[in-house]
Amino acid sequence: MKEYQTITEISGPLVFAEVDEPVGYDEIVEIETPDGRTLRGQVLESSDGLVSIQVFEGTGGIDRNASVRFLGETMKMPVTEDLLGRVMDGSGNPIDGGPDIVPDERRDIVGAAINPYSREYPEEFIQTGVSSIDGMNTLVRGQKLPIFSGSGLPHNDLALQIARQATVPEEDDVDESDEDDEEGSEFAVIFGAMGITQEEANEFMADFERTGALERSVVFMNLADDPAVERTVTPRLALTTAEYLAFDKGYHVLVILTDITNYCEALREIGAAREEVPGRRGYPGYMYTDLAQLYERAGRIEGREGSVTQIPILTMPSDDITHPIPDLTGYITEGQIIVDRSLNSQGIEPPINVLPSLSRLMDDGIGEGLTREDHADVSDQLYAAYAEGEDLRDLVNIVGREALTERDNKFLDFADRFENEFVQQGYDTNRAIEETLDVGWDLLSMLPKEELNRIDEDLIAEHYREETPEAATAD
Amino acid sequence: MSQADTESVDEGGVIESVSGPVVTATDLDARMNDVVYVGEEGLMGEVIEIEGNLTTIQVYEETSGVGPGEPVTNTGEPLSVDLGPGLLDTIYDGVQRPLDELEEKMQSAFLDRGVDAPGIDLERTWAFTPIVEVGDTVESGDIIGEVPETESITHKVMVPPDIDGGEITSIEAGEFTVEETVAELDTGETISMHQEWPVRSARPANEKQTPTEPLVSGQRVQDGLFPIAKGGTAAIPGPFGSGKTVTQHQLAKWSDADIVVYVGCGERGNEMTEVIEDFPELEDPKTGKPLMSRTCLIANTSNMPVAARESCIYTGITIAEYFRDMGYDVALMADSTSRWAEAMREISSRLEEMPGEEGYPAYLAAALSEFYERAGKFNLINGGEGSISVIGAVSPPGGDFSEPVTQNTLRIVKTFWALDADLAERRHFPSINWNESYSLYRQQLDPWFRDTVAEDYPEVRQWAVDVLDEEDELQEIVQLVGKDALPEDQQLTLEVARYLREAWLQQNAFHDVDTYCEPQKTYRMLQAIRTFNDEAFSALDAGVPVDEIQEADAAPRLNRMGTAEAWDEFIDDLESDLESQLRDLY
Repeated sequence: MKEYQTITEISGPLVFAEVDEPVGYDEIVEIETPDGRTLRGQVLESSDGLVSIQVFEGTGGIDRNASVRFLGETMKMPVTEDLLGRVMDGSGNPIDGGPDIVPDERRDIVGAAINPYSREYPEEFIQTGVSSIDGMNTLVRGQKLPIFSGSGLPHNDLALQIARQATVPEEDDVDESDEDDEEGSEFAVIFGAMGITQEEANEFMADFERTGALERSVVFMNLADDPAVERTVTPRLALTTAEYLAFDKGYHVLVILTDITNYCEALREIGAAREEVPGRRGYPGYMYTDLAQLYERAGRIEGREGSVTQIPILTMPSDDITHPIPDLTGYITEGQIIVDRSLNSQGIEPPINVLPSLSRLMDDGIGEGLTREDHADVSDQLYAAYAEGEDLRDLVNIVGREALTERDNKFLDFADRFENEFVQQGYDTNRAIEETLDVGWDLLSMLPKEELNRIDEDLIAEHYREETPEAATAD
Repeated sequence: MSQADTESVDEGGVIESVSGPVVTATDLDARMNDVVYVGEEGLMGEVIEIEGNLTTIQVYEETSGVGPGEPVTNTGEPLSVDLGPGLLDTIYDGVQRPLDELEEKMQSAFLDRGVDAPGIDLERTWAFTPIVEVGDTVESGDIIGEVPETESITHKVMVPPDIDGGEITSIEAGEFTVEETVAELDTGETISMHQEWPVRSARPANEKQTPTEPLVSGQRVQDGLFPIAKGGTAAIPGPFGSGKTVTQHQLAKWSDADIVVYVGCGERGNEMTEVIEDFPELEDPKTGKPLMSRTCLIANTSNMPVAARESCIYTGITIAEYFRDMGYDVALMADSTSRWAEAMREISSRLEEMPGEEGYPAYLAAALSEFYERAGKFNLINGGEGSISVIGAVSPPGGDFSEPVTQNTLRIVKTFWALDADLAERRHFPSINWNESYSLYRQQLDPWFRDTVAEDYPEVRQWAVDVLDEEDELQEIVQLVGKDALPEDQQLTLEVARYLREAWLQQNAFHDVDTYCEPQKTYRMLQAIRTFNDEAFSALDAGVPVDEIQEADAAPRLNRMGTAEAWDEFIDDLESDLESQLRDLY
C-alpha cells in the first residue's frame, strides 16, 4: 500500500493525484485530510502517472497536502447472515450502535452479471394483498417492479404495505396447514435509502420496528444531507448483501431502493465534474448501462433456493414519465406501478393508476394452480372496461350523461366503482387473491354478459353474478 | 469467439490508461479491429483507434481492477465468429461464447472474467454425407455435403468463400469433428466443416432480388395489413411496455423462416431465460419439431459489458448470412437496436469523439444502414437463393419517434410497425397502430396472397383499411357530440370497425389457439366481419333500426373466432347465422 501527497487538482467530488506506480481501475482509495479525517473514494480513471478519484464523502476539507492511499482492491462489502437486523450508513458502516460485523466473506460490490443461461424464469406469485397489484399487475419472485411516483405522493406507504404484507402462498401448504404459511414464505427485506430525508427514514424505521420486520431486514441509509457521491455506492452494497442472502443463504429477499432519482442526480453530478459529454437532460450517456447493473441484479438462479425481488421507488420530476430517469428505468425493469396524483386527491388509497401500470412477468405467474384459472381473463377485461370508462369521462364532460347510450353509462359507472371498490382499500387491508378476483367479478357483473369478450365463456358461466349485487359501500 | 492462431502473433503492448470499457495501450503492433487480450487476466478486446504509438481498445469484459502497466497481447485476427454445425439450439453472448459452456467453465451462475470458449463444440463429431464425388469441380460457396444438425435442419457444408475451389481429390462419408478435413482439392486446399468469418464484413453474395414472398408471421395485423417480405426489413419502435419484446418473440416463434437468429441486445436477462425455457417446448408450426432446433440465440443483457453489446448485432447477422449461404430463409430479430446505438454512443463518448445528434456518434446512420443492408433476398455465389429478413426493435426515449435512432432506421426499413402506448394501456395487443404503420411490400406481395390465400385478398384488405380510416374520422366527431348523434349508417360503421379492432386486429399471444393464425384464417375472419357488414347494411337499407341490428346475438360471436379451435366450421356456422338472423329482421 503506497501513500502519496501528490494531489494536483480538486474539482467537485473529484480529486486528481499523480502516482508513480500503476493503480487499477475502480480501486478503493483512502484520503487523509490535514485535520485527521479519513475519506474514502474510488478510482474513476487510471492512466500512467495520473488518476482521478471520486470521493464518496465529498471533497470538503481536502487540500493539496492531503495524503492519498491506494488500497489495491476494488470496493468490497463484508457479508454475513448476522447483517439481518442491522442498520448501516450509506457506505456500509454500522450506525445502530451494535457490535462490529464479523464478515463471512467480503464481496465485490460491482457484482458480476448473472449468466442468462443460469437464470430461472420467475413465475411464483407474490401476494402483496393490494388488489391493483395482485389482480392487475401481479408481482412474482425475482421480478424488478419499480414504483413510479411523484413528489408528495404516498409511495412510501405503498412500499411499506408491500413489505409488510408480501407473502408467497406455498403450493403444498394450501390445503394442509395454514399455520406454517406466515413463517415459511416471508421475505427478508433489504432497504437501501439514497438521499431521502430524515423524516422519511424515520417513517420507514418506525414501521419496521412496529411490525417487528427489522429483525429480518438490513437497512442502508444515505440521507439527504449525506454526501451525494456516496449514493452511487449504497444500492450496490444493498444488492451485494441481497445476492449473498438469496443465493448463498437461501432467503427470499425483497429489496426496496428509494429514491432512484437521487441516485441518478449523483451520477449526473459525477459526470459533470468529469466533464463528460452529457446525454439527455445532462444525464450521462451510460446511465442506461449503469441502472441496468442495479436492476438486473434481481432474479432467480437455477438450483438455488432464494430469490432477489426488487421494488425501486422513483419520483418522476414534474410527474413526467418521459423524463430520462423513469424512461430508462421502464426499459430495464419488468413493468412499473404508477402512483397517480389525481387518484390521490380523490382519496383513493393506494392511488395506483392501473392503466399505465404493467407487470411483464404477470402472464406466467398467474392462472390455474398459481392463482386462479380466471385471473388472466378477469384482469384483461377489467383493463379494457376501465379504459373504455376512462375515455368516456372526457366525452361526458362535453355532452353530459343524458346524451350517452345506456351502454356508455354502464361503462362510466363501472369506472367509478372500479376506483372506489377495487383500487381503494386502504394501507392496512390485506386482500387475498380470491377476494381481489371476487371484487373484480362483482364489478364486471355490472356489464352485460356479451360485453365480456375477453373472458372465456365457461368462466363467465361459473362466475358471472346474474343478479348484480348492490354496490358495497366504499369505505 | 475464434481461438485459432492465438500462438501466431504476439506483439506485446502495455496498458497506458483505463476508463470503463475503453483501454489505451502503447507499443502495441496491431491493425484496426484486431482482437487483443488485455491485462493479466486476458480480457478480450478489439482495437478501435490507432494514434501514433497509442492504441485504443474496447474491452468486452468488466475492467475493474485492471491498471496501467499490465500487458496487452495481439491475436492479429479481426473479431470473427466460428461457423459450422452446432450453431443452432445454442445460446451465445455478444462475442459468440456459448453461455452454457461458460457456466460450466466458471462453475458459477455469475459471469466471470477472462474465460474463453470456442463458439462451436470442437470435440463433438457429426455424420457427414458428401453430395459431390471425387473428380467433381467445386467453386467457392458450393455445397459439398450435408450434416443433420438438429431435428429439423440439415446443415450444408460449403467451400468457404475465401477458398477458390478446384477438383475434389478426396471426400468421404463418416463421423468427423468440425476441425477434421472432410474433403481435399487438387489445389492442395483442405475443407473442414469449420469456417471463420470476421463479423464486421458481409459474407459475399451475388445481386439482390426483389422479394415476392411474405414472411408469414401468423399474426393477423402483420400478415393482414402490414406484411414483411422474406428478405425484407422491418422496424418495431415503441415506448416501454408497448409490447416490442412480445411482438419479437411471436415472430421468432411463428414466422415461417427456416432459421431464426434472435439477438437480445442490451435487454432483460429474464426475457432471454424465457426464450431458453419456452422454445424447446414449442413446436415449429411448419415442421412440428421443437422451435429451438431452428433457433440460435445471442444474449447480451443490459448488465453485460457494453462493448460486447456493440458487437452482438454483428455476430448475429454473420451467423444469419452463413445459413443464408446454405439456401435457407433466415429471420433475424434484433431486440433492441437502440441499445446497440447507445453502446456505440457510450464508446464514442469515452473516445471523446465529436458527438452528433443527442450525443450519438456521427456515424450512427451509416452503421444502421450498413446493418440493415445485410438483409435481402440474394442470388448466392453457389447459384442458389437465400434470404435474410431483419426485424429490429427500437426503443425511443420517452416513446418519441423523432429521435435519431428511430428516424435513421425509418429511412432504411420498408415495413414499419408502430407500437402505441395508448393501445397497450387498454390492453389492445399487439398494440400496432394501424394508422401510423405501413408496409411498402404490399404490392410486390399481392400476387402471392392472391395465389396462395384468396383471389380477392388485396381487395378485402383494402375494405378493412377503409373502414378503419372512416372510424378514425368519425371518432373525432363522436368525441364532440357523442355516438347517438351520428346518423344510423355511421353508427353501424363504428360497430363494424369495433369488430375489426377487437375481433381481428387484437390477438392474444398467450392463448394456445389464438397465438398463431394462419393466413387462411386471417382471411376468413376478415370475410366473416365483412359478411356482418354487408348483411347489416342491407338490413339498415330495408329500414331496420340500428339498435335491432346490434342486438343480433350472432354478432358478438365474431369476437370468439380467434380462439375457436375448429375455426373453419366455426366461421361457416357464424356466417350462416349472421345471414339468417339479420335477414329475419326484415
